[in-house]
Amino acid sequence: MSNVPADLKYTNSHEWVRDEGDGIVTIGITDHAQELLGDLVFVELPEVGANAETGSEIAVVESVKAASDVYSPLNGEVVEVNEALADAPEQVNDSAYEDGWLFKLKLADTGALDALMNAEAYTAHAESEDH
Amino acid sequence: MDQKTILNESHRAMGARMVPFGGWDMPVNYGSQIEEHHAVRQDAGMFDVSHMRVIDLKGSDTTHFLRHLIANDVARLKEPGKALYSCMLNEQGGVIDDLIVYYLDDTWFRMVVNAGTADKDLGWIIGQSSGFNVEVSPRRDLAMIAVQGPNAVAKTLPLLNDEIRDSAGTLKPFHAAWDSSWFIGRTGYTGEDGFEIILPENDAADFWQKLADAGVRPCGLGSRDTLRLEAGMNLYGSDMDEETSPLEAGLKWTIALEPAERDFVGRKALEAKLAEGKLKTFVGLLLEGRGILRDHLPLFDGDKQIGEITSGGFSPTLERSIAYARVDADAPEQFEVEMRGKRLPVRKTKITFVRNGKACIDL
Repeated sequence: MSNVPADLKYTNSHEWVRDEGDGIVTIGITDHAQELLGDLVFVELPEVGANAETGSEIAVVESVKAASDVYSPLNGEVVEVNEALADAPEQVNDSAYEDGWLFKLKLADTGALDALMNAEAYTAHAESEDH
Repeated sequence: MDQKTILNESHRAMGARMVPFGGWDMPVNYGSQIEEHHAVRQDAGMFDVSHMRVIDLKGSDTTHFLRHLIANDVARLKEPGKALYSCMLNEQGGVIDDLIVYYLDDTWFRMVVNAGTADKDLGWIIGQSSGFNVEVSPRRDLAMIAVQGPNAVAKTLPLLNDEIRDSAGTLKPFHAAWDSSWFIGRTGYTGEDGFEIILPENDAADFWQKLADAGVRPCGLGSRDTLRLEAGMNLYGSDMDEETSPLEAGLKWTIALEPAERDFVGRKALEAKLAEGKLKTFVGLLLEGRGILRDHLPLFDGDKQIGEITSGGFSPTLERSIAYARVDADAPEQFEVEMRGKRLPVRKTKITFVRNGKACIDL
């Protein structure tokens, strides 16, 4: 099984969420997701200031194999995007949880974080999908 | 249950990600498809292509039969070992499969067909062979390894036995050499120099390991696809199929209409289509912006749909997205692709984007 850090939250559509405090979260796709996709060659990110709704399409990651939508795990406003991915989308493959982050949200409701999966639940979910 | 090639365990031991492909359990990559692609363009890579089917055709009517069966003309093959690329057509002029056929002698030809179509092909070939003195033998006892790249020949030759090394070392492109059990063609599907080696299954795992030890990088089907796309080589099932004429898939060069009296399967349908005119053209496309062209995306000139992408993807060599498309003959030099509801500009190019490690188009 791929790397699933214990300090992050997860969605069943394979996004991860890091609580940065002050209502800000960082979002990316999991190591498991990047493994399934293969080498990423293009990432389409939202505009800063865009409104993100839970479960809505917010970004696109394209690998050599396929294009895949990224869904917003939470409601909020996009406050920063990872500009470096425009020239180096492979950072998502090499470092899914650090250099490969996609965007940051200012949450409408920080309580919503509690509804997301923890590492243990996500690991079980990813394994169940593999079978 | 997907079939496994004799190298299945070797792939797993080398860290392959396995996927189903044409009824087979095959490696798609061994970590990074892009690094595998670059290894073939810059050094040497190897592919397990044992899922493809070798078919031997033997008998006094073999030449006569193949001149009936396939759209290219084996009478063009004069030198033993010379290879020919051809389509095998149905009576409607659609493509049953594309294949390579090698001329060994006047009573023996060796054909290599695609994995996903192998059983269909074999049924068709046997059906067509009635009345000809020809024996059709699928060689499921043979494995096949493609070694490709500028250093592929140099890295492979020292690993061959003495008997075949000398003849393999002097092979011209599109020619093959063989001994009692091994068969080596200077052919490939990447646009680079190299060999395709047909060998007994029992020799395959050992040879694969020796190639790896010699610095030949294991490569999966993922890089095989981006390499062939850059090299201007069609993929059966994407660029042409039984509903598609080779005349609209960039394969007119493989149709031998001369001599006029050779009556191959599909000839009448092709002649009718040529007489009718209005053929679509098969072109290369370069995406002018960011994003990735994918199979089946529609193409527009203003409001009018003028065609569709047949194969698309990312070119690791050009670091741009490229594709093949079937479009109206009067399509302009530039038009648009529709991708996730958005229109993006594309430019027509030739089909060959990269050959021998070098870009063939201006970006």
